[in-house]
Amino acid sequence: MYPSKFDYVRAQSVEEAVERTSSHSNAKLLAGGHSLIPALKLRLAQPDLLVDLGRIAALKGISRHNGTVSVGALTTHATCAASDDLPKVWSEAAGLIGDPQVRNRGTVGGNIAHADPASDLPTVLIALGAQIHVQGTAGSRAIPADEFFVDLFTTSLEEGEIITRVEVPAESNQGSAYTKVFNPASRYAILGVAAQVAIAGGVCRQLRVAAGGSTPKAIRAHHVEAALQGQPLNDTTIQHAAAAIAEDLGEEVIGDMYASAAYRRSIAAQIAARALSAAAARAR
Amino acid sequence: MTQALVGTSVKRKEDPRFIQGRGKYVANLQLPEMAYIAVKRSPYAHARIEAIDTRAAEAMAGVLAIFTGQELIDSGVGKLPCGWVVPGCKVPTRWPVVPVGDKVRHVGDSVAVVVATSPYIAEDAVEAIEVSYTPFAAVTDAKRAMQPGQPVLHDDIPNNLSYTWALGDRPTIEQALSASAHVIKLDLTNQRLIPNAMEPRAAVAQWNAATEEMTLWTTSQNPHPIRLLLSAFTLGIPEHKLRVISPDVGGGFGSKIFHYPEEIITPWVARKINRPVKWVASRSESFVTDSHGRDHVTHAELGLDAEGHITALLVETWADHGAYLSTFAPLIPTAFYHCLLSGLYKIPLIYGITYATLTNTVPVDAYRGAGRPEAAYVVERLIDLAARKLDLDPIAFRRHNFIQPEEFPYQTPVAMLYDSGDYNRLFDKAQELSSYSELVAAREAARAQGRLVGIGVSGCIEASGPAPSKVAGALGSAVGFWESSIVRVHPSGKVSVLTGSHTHGQGHETAFAQIVADQLGVPMEDIEVIHGDTAAIPFGMGTYGSRSMAVGGSAIVKSAEKVRKKMLKIAAHQLEAAEEDLTYDFNGGGVYVKGSPSQKKSFFDLSLGAYTAHNLPDGLEPGLEEQAFYDPANFTFPNSAHICQVEIDRATGEVSVQKYYAVDDVGNVINPMLVDGQIVGGIAQGIGQALWEYGAYDESGQLLSGTFMDYAMPRADVMPAIHTARTVTPSPHNPLGVKGAGEMGTIAATVAVAHAVMDALAPLGIRHLDMPFTAEKVWSAIQEAA
Repeated sequence: MYPSKFDYVRAQSVEEAVERTSSHSNAKLLAGGHSLIPALKLRLAQPDLLVDLGRIAALKGISRHNGTVSVGALTTHATCAASDDLPKVWSEAAGLIGDPQVRNRGTVGGNIAHADPASDLPTVLIALGAQIHVQGTAGSRAIPADEFFVDLFTTSLEEGEIITRVEVPAESNQGSAYTKVFNPASRYAILGVAAQVAIAGGVCRQLRVAAGGSTPKAIRAHHVEAALQGQPLNDTTIQHAAAAIAEDLGEEVIGDMYASAAYRRSIAAQIAARALSAAAARAR
Repeated sequence: MTQALVGTSVKRKEDPRFIQGRGKYVANLQLPEMAYIAVKRSPYAHARIEAIDTRAAEAMAGVLAIFTGQELIDSGVGKLPCGWVVPGCKVPTRWPVVPVGDKVRHVGDSVAVVVATSPYIAEDAVEAIEVSYTPFAAVTDAKRAMQPGQPVLHDDIPNNLSYTWALGDRPTIEQALSASAHVIKLDLTNQRLIPNAMEPRAAVAQWNAATEEMTLWTTSQNPHPIRLLLSAFTLGIPEHKLRVISPDVGGGFGSKIFHYPEEIITPWVARKINRPVKWVASRSESFVTDSHGRDHVTHAELGLDAEGHITALLVETWADHGAYLSTFAPLIPTAFYHCLLSGLYKIPLIYGITYATLTNTVPVDAYRGAGRPEAAYVVERLIDLAARKLDLDPIAFRRHNFIQPEEFPYQTPVAMLYDSGDYNRLFDKAQELSSYSELVAAREAARAQGRLVGIGVSGCIEASGPAPSKVAGALGSAVGFWESSIVRVHPSGKVSVLTGSHTHGQGHETAFAQIVADQLGVPMEDIEVIHGDTAAIPFGMGTYGSRSMAVGGSAIVKSAEKVRKKMLKIAAHQLEAAEEDLTYDFNGGGVYVKGSPSQKKSFFDLSLGAYTAHNLPDGLEPGLEEQAFYDPANFTFPNSAHICQVEIDRATGEVSVQKYYAVDDVGNVINPMLVDGQIVGGIAQGIGQALWEYGAYDESGQLLSGTFMDYAMPRADVMPAIHTARTVTPSPHNPLGVKGAGEMGTIAATVAVAHAVMDALAPLGIRHLDMPFTAEKVWSAIQEAA
């Protein structure tokens, strides 16, 4: 497990990291390294230059102001799992990522930049309507999570752009939850469903649902949302709405030796129902 | 004799160095001028090597040499031998590196060897080697491999059938089955497992050109047998010029018993280039080169009479041996399998047959339990189905057929003579520990709510502590299975214990020291256990088959007894008393005249006196060091009753193990904490097999589960709390009264979990599923049953 040869620099600032990567033809950014280092060791990734972001303090930490929670790109999953500022669905999902070692090293920015379809975080960010802030040679911009994830391991990041932080609305009267079926080997999601809901006047408001792990990229579950929006929240309405997730998953469902596409499609409604029920219970 | 330490949970002497990261593993060794080996491996399961172009790789800076198979063969390197050859066995040719013109036969087969100044460069050079292959169709299924028209791996082994091994008289058993009131029939697979010891295999070799001596450090469970095989069969350096050291080793589970190509290649290269060299397997290499385990396809039938007594058992198994015969492969699905088919039960007639097939997969050999878990799984699945058929509680049905305490020693129809046991008491304890009747009541209540809750019971036997050497020889072994020991008392009274057993996680340094401390009456801290170095210890057979305490420990007892006798002789002479008038004072450390404790020689006096030799009895040799070889009279037969509870998530098929109770009878216990550690660790592995682990190949021979992203190991967070207890039925034939403890957890847990899952699904009419019980498999079965 020896990687091929590469150069290494430790960036002192985001500007320096942008400059280093954009001026190099085959550079990779190193954050927590929990996807990149295994890929290097297996020689699946063979960059000529690693730009280590690890010492850029400005990229770390969670802060909350004016109804928005901002999470630095280098914040670890362990920090997110322990956070009371984040919406419950995020901290809950973060606590289910990998194992303690992975959560202590793996970062928010590294995770979403990798865009692994089996990862938990993209699902959560789509459900929360996150804004992903990035910085590149042309300046800074914010990308909505819905548009950030493009395909398997593919994002809308431009060449040289670096994720700096992720912003989500702080949770007030909403309840949210993440329900996951694990791949028993990798501990990635075979299927993960994230849901956030508020209840007003006895009916469901502001419902946002997303699913990941079974599709090339995490998806927004619009059909589920439409079926439940404005409805009272009970087992019957939740089961009915959750069944619509089949339409949201569409035709491109992934299969592997632990979980075929057919299996994932079949269990999706129950997993969605559990996420919705848990979110509703927390909203009450 | 005062038993001060034996039977107590003395903390492990070895842990401080492991916990502080101060263990010395093969990969830690750094020698001056060290070079590094990387092996080019086949990406194909079955292909002929047409040509190898090493020019680009050789031209790389830092590459010292590249070797292909023919160079090793031309220099006299031999084929890898099989150490257990059953009658009629065809042993396929296996070279350490496959030469050009010959075929690779599994993904991971060795094709070329790179030697470089750094492991990075070696890996770069491996990528730069160009190999042309002509690929062939592969066969990866044990049963299909011997059917006509399948790809043939070795031209001299038709139908890929290495041997057929049978025990018993088939017509008699078939007749008995057809005369039985009930016959339970079952087809099952026992899936392939990949051992995954925490430390990957490694080898370091150093050649001394002046003395023509080779030192090999290797991750072996048994350095002496490896030295013998290297000398006599593969490397050709004579035994007195070859030192094999197996230092701290991070787990083996059987996979580090065997003789592997890399421990031939590494010393061969060291001599060739006259530099020390190191090879360390990557985890990816471990997956495709360490011998795998299990992989049986079986048809079995169990007959019952009208009263529910077992009449006969027939077992027919296709055992996948992989591409070549690994060192002890033919032992596993033969004597270690069929000879255990009687389980805990009186089964008057048993017939078993194994078809040993070769496929385009990694060789299969012993893995924790080795044949015995496969046997227990077959017998116990049938027993469970029989109880269900007769609508009896699974424990009640087992009790109905148990061998009774007064029937020991019990001769089974499959060669084994069980030494001792009390299976009723074992299950009494298990029922008490688990509050069995309450468990059953809770299950019924859960079922009434529509929940899928199941209780699994297993009752397993193991033959541990291999083996009487005569028996092993008669069954096909190339070696004996005794164990050696030396107890060396130094002049200052400190003690070195040399053992041929090898510890790679078990805790021998503690347990063996406990025994000697009690035997000689010296404190633990004055005793050091030495193992694993052929230059330091007498020829020893190593560790596997739960043999270290029963065989290795017994050898140590014999040496210690000889030391004690000699000390008494010296004391009698010096105290001018008859030996029978002396008391060996185990607590005070010395010898005194009975009734007159002031007339005493301390342990130190006697140790020093043995070496000064100023005042020894006439004719007594100076020194205080005794050697013993212990050849066991029989196997030992530990047995177990495990009970567990699972619940299945109806919506996803996910199984969770909620409660686990294990009662094991391993005879006398030297260190209860170490035994618990063995049992609990074994249970984790057993649960792993039942629920997740699977070495899966596709039809082209690609390993689908070749990384930890795809091969599901059991994890701490999915383990239940495991409650352990013991009954103690000592083995009557070894001086410690011990039985093996290393493998029973694995054997019993796989069965217990399988039965719990089947019990949970029974209300749906599901009779049998094959392991592993992955969520999708269970979910699909639930859907089909609905």
